[in-house]
Amino acid sequence: MDLDALYQEIILDHYRNPHHAGLREPYGAEVHHVNPTCGDEVTLRVRLDGSAGTQRVVDVSYDAEGCSISQASASVMADLVIGKDLDEALATHAAFLELMQGKGQVEPDEDVLEDGIAFAGVAKFPARVKCALLSWMAFKDAAAQSQGEPV
Amino acid sequence: MTLTHALPGLLPGLDLIRADFPILTRVMDGGYPLVYLDSANTSQKPQVVIDAMVDHLERHNANIARAMHQLGAEATEAFEGARDRVAEFLNAPSRDEVIFTKNASEALNLVARTFPLGPGDRVVITEMEHHSNIVPWQLATERSGAELRWFGLTDEGELDLSNIDELLSPGTKVVALTWVSNMLGTINPVAEITRRAHEIGAVVVLDASQAAPQLPVDVQAVGADFVVFTGHKVVGPTGIGVLWGRSEQLDALPPFLGGGEMIATVTMAKSTWAPIPHKFEAGTPPIVEAVGLGVALEYLGHIGLENIHAHEQAITGYLLEGLAGVGGVRVLGPLDAAKRGGAVAFEVAGVHPHDVAQLLDSRGIAVRAGHHCAKPAHQRFGVQSTTRASSYLYTTPAEIDALIDGLEYTKSYFKVGGA
Repeated sequence: MDLDALYQEIILDHYRNPHHAGLREPYGAEVHHVNPTCGDEVTLRVRLDGSAGTQRVVDVSYDAEGCSISQASASVMADLVIGKDLDEALATHAAFLELMQGKGQVEPDEDVLEDGIAFAGVAKFPARVKCALLSWMAFKDAAAQSQGEPV
Repeated sequence: MTLTHALPGLLPGLDLIRADFPILTRVMDGGYPLVYLDSANTSQKPQVVIDAMVDHLERHNANIARAMHQLGAEATEAFEGARDRVAEFLNAPSRDEVIFTKNASEALNLVARTFPLGPGDRVVITEMEHHSNIVPWQLATERSGAELRWFGLTDEGELDLSNIDELLSPGTKVVALTWVSNMLGTINPVAEITRRAHEIGAVVVLDASQAAPQLPVDVQAVGADFVVFTGHKVVGPTGIGVLWGRSEQLDALPPFLGGGEMIATVTMAKSTWAPIPHKFEAGTPPIVEAVGLGVALEYLGHIGLENIHAHEQAITGYLLEGLAGVGGVRVLGPLDAAKRGGAVAFEVAGVHPHDVAQLLDSRGIAVRAGHHCAKPAHQRFGVQSTTRASSYLYTTPAEIDALIDGLEYTKSYFKVGGA
């Protein structure tokens, strides 16, 4: 087992110094997601602006409790989606989901996923995929609620 | 093994016992020999159990109690023979008091679902229960309008019995608690609590899932009304659990599941029930699983539960001593091995339990990380999750050494300091 493939230095850096952590005002929607098998939890807030179809992610803030993978993933996710158009942020979500569900066979695009490519190794550890996806799923849910309709 | 490993209480012939468990010879990824410290989750299986199940399927397979042929008779004899083994293991007054279920959860649900409760009644459980002894009682009290109350825990991880007079007072109909905690390891004073509960006319339900593997479980000595355990933690297979209940209690309960083999007669107007145990065994039961369980209990009986208990205490003491020497490690539950079973949950400062388990797994060491289906107990101690190492009759001191080394490696990997 290649531990260093799982625990990339980028992941450990984000784990030790998470970006955008803490819950902030104002926000459009707040969600609470849990990973019932292990107990990892995240409370996540999303703030969008603009009108339907041209919305932008102004802020994502979160309070996460969990392992290095889930904490680092929340940090990387917030980095990637804040400031993006919602459509682009959701496309990034889709790219990360594809990487995580790819069983290690998907080649990540660094232009899209930036630090997120460090999670490529996580896809080879099925038990940890849910850790990496927790905050991304929370973001998608909160963004949908923020819009007032399913994304 | 070195001389420092000659711990008093260790099972003699530990190498021979280990040779009974073929999986213990596995070499894991990276060339590390398996160090299996997750036996409170599920135990490994000795060859004799595996062989008995294969032999049953190869030579004696048939449905039971309804097949009028030689194989049917052999299968029935094997299945009912397993019931005798269980009755012997529990020192049950009657084999008819042994009900086969699919696991301990189903056994607890059977009692919670059928026991008569109503508004004004009270059910008392404890904060250290496994979810399987919490959720069925939440459902039962919500359904019936009865009240659910809890024994709290002391900082040392033992039951807080300071309000026992209030909790065990008239109106309390059921007291349901674990014999040994799957998270804190605590061995509870179940005989004493049973005695107190009986003074006010309450029935006592004991979850012996963690006790049955490592303590002599004598249902007559402990005096409870219902005792449950599961097969896969006592070196038996998954898919089979046991509910033992006093005849008069079981007779008074309505059926749990309806179906084949649980009836006396069925007409379009109404049905009547078979006597226990069959009243609670609707449908084709887990036959080969029962056969495996019977052989597993015989295996444990040959080694002796007292001897297994002494071994677990010796290993647990050695583990607690080892953990005390790792800076930043905090053990939850009693620190005295004599007060606890062989499951030890702990925290490593600065490293999340998942990451601890992942690092240990990379060295072939299997532990459990998470809430261990005991979220209220974790909340009580202000932690979200823990790492749990749990030993069994095949665990060696050298495996504990490997765990301690693995924890030091984990700390260095995540660059967390000493004290």
